Amino acid sequence: MRWINQLRGTLVLSTCVLIVLSAILLSGAAPEKRFTVYSVAANYSLPLVQREGRDYVGLLEVLEPLGKVSAKSDGPRWRLRYYTVQGDFQVGKTRARIQGRDYDLGGKFAVENNRGLVPVAALTVLLPRFLGGPVTLHEEAGRLFIGSVATHFTASLATDNASRLVFNFTAPVNPTLSTEPGKLRMTFTHEPVVAPASPTLTFGSKTIPSASYSESNGTAVVTVNSTIPVIATFSNDGRTVTINPSSAAAAAAQNGTPGAPGTSTVPEPSPGAASNAAPQAYRRYFAVVDASHGGDDYGETLSPSLLEKDVTVALARSLRQELEARGIQTLVLRDSDANLSLDQRAVFANADHAAIYIALHAASNGHGVRVYTALLPWGDDDHGPFRSWSVAQHASLPLSRSAASAVAAELQKRQIPVRTLGAPLRPLNNVTGAAIAIEVAPQGSDLAQLTAPDYQQLVTSAVATAIAAAHDQLGAAP
Amino acid sequence: MIPRHLLIAMAVLLVAALGLSVYALHMRRTAAAAPVAAIDTRPLAPPVAGPTERVTLFVAHDEDGSLRAISAQIPLPSGRQQRAEELLRALVSLYLDKASSHVLGNGADVRSVFLVDPGVAVIDLNAAFADTHRSGVLVEELTVTSLIHTISANTPGILKVKILVDGKERDTLAGHADLSSFYDVTAVNQLATQLAQ
Repeated sequence: MRWINQLRGTLVLSTCVLIVLSAILLSGAAPEKRFTVYSVAANYSLPLVQREGRDYVGLLEVLEPLGKVSAKSDGPRWRLRYYTVQGDFQVGKTRARIQGRDYDLGGKFAVENNRGLVPVAALTVLLPRFLGGPVTLHEEAGRLFIGSVATHFTASLATDNASRLVFNFTAPVNPTLSTEPGKLRMTFTHEPVVAPASPTLTFGSKTIPSASYSESNGTAVVTVNSTIPVIATFSNDGRTVTINPSSAAAAAAQNGTPGAPGTSTVPEPSPGAASNAAPQAYRRYFAVVDASHGGDDYGETLSPSLLEKDVTVALARSLRQELEARGIQTLVLRDSDANLSLDQRAVFANADHAAIYIALHAASNGHGVRVYTALLPWGDDDHGPFRSWSVAQHASLPLSRSAASAVAAELQKRQIPVRTLGAPLRPLNNVTGAAIAIEVAPQGSDLAQLTAPDYQQLVTSAVATAIAAAHDQLGAAP
Repeated sequence: MIPRHLLIAMAVLLVAALGLSVYALHMRRTAAAAPVAAIDTRPLAPPVAGPTERVTLFVAHDEDGSLRAISAQIPLPSGRQQRAEELLRALVSLYLDKASSHVLGNGADVRSVFLVDPGVAVIDLNAAFADTHRSGVLVEELTVTSLIHTISANTPGILKVKILVDGKERDTLAGHADLSSFYDVTAVNQLATQLAQ
């Protein structure tokens, strides 16, 4: 019986040792690295894997929530198709071929369990080709922003109470809150919150002296440092977070001397903009310029060597330059030869609350420029707060017509033949703000004029001048 | 020994065969060089019987991007739906002429028109109509407005119009004019007024 007791003792001891070892190993294991993607369509997180000392991510998994995508393995080759854009990858190779052009991946392509893995850094090269729009990568933090989706914020002490800190965000947020002595932490996992001008904000308050911003492992964290217990309250549909002393601490603080009103390192909105504060707060780009067609949608074949989709990109770039020269923040929706569906174009413009959406077209037929506004189809009624997609433009149509008239008048001033018309042209009817389309034809019969920088600039500078003149009227629209 | 007359006959046949081969080759080349455009792919429609009537067609003009009303005398059947079909066929036949002010591609035709109460018209174009149509906002808009304004002006009670291609929904006519929704006839008529100026 003695040996049985010895055996039992050994087993118990071994089990304890195993449990302790497992606990040590698990607590010491590095947490799984995450990569978060923010887009108009969806915000989502993906796991990262380490290969050759670099972070890799599954390309199919990145694109899957954004649209129609498929992948096929064929030996060492791996083919990815996003709508009509095709990419060819080869295991072990550092270059990929997309729509007939080679791009450097900055690391070897790998396939595991049919998952095509690319270095995270390569996404800045690959995604604009597949999606047709700009992306911003925070590589160290594992955060990717597709289009202009970033949520900005300001922080300042309340003017009437120096122990109250107010955060204003450009979009609703719902962070995870955690506290520890002297700190309140807001963790943003699903919100595309980005850093303010300085990562550390100082307020000169005794109760809330500072706050800091950091981002890592696919999340952003704002930490508020305080000398008293604080709580966070949400208002303005989740766009405002107020950090208040908890009731007990507030009572104690009232007995002490309040600190001098502090100033944040983040600039506050100017008082002059107060009347337009609401729309301007959520608007990142005043104008969205859309180079129509793209990818396998050529538009009109203007000549055997000239496609409409190429002329529209050149016009869009020229218009952006002219608008930005007049201080108008502009987003060009398609800056490469990529497919963008009409719905995607409208979603981009609507999500950004752009003051004006300008679609560009080119034509061989006719002379001069045609400026179009939406010819609304027979549409469904709006359902409460939800607008009918097919006639979403309805409320903004008078403003669109006014913008079209301003553009036409400016073109006329420069002696360019111009007409304003309605047109059954999507996505004009799906855009909620002011929306116009501009179709540029040569002044005479020479199609080469469409590609002439002088003519393009003549047209785009007239359009930009008209938009700049109508800036206040367009900007005041909700 | 082969008789002499047989040898002569064989030689004559050989020469004839060679000659026919050369002629066949020549004919093949001639046929290949003949213009393909000469083939008329228009579907055959039964001739319309009945008295002629004066109707107004709204015809697109590419040179100035306008829509102009013309008066035409065409035979029309008695049925409301058949009348609408013949009306649009008469309009399309104008555009098939190479000297037309707004040329459509070979084989373009209206397959059928359905009038569904209350106030809905469905125009079914054939595939050649859309596939051969020139691309461009104005040029496509002129075609669509011409069809809808013509049918609504001559067929009272139409409030909205849907355009199909080969019996199916299509996103656009040729890359621009939206075909995915129902056209609001009142809005199209206002556009037609704009285009007439």
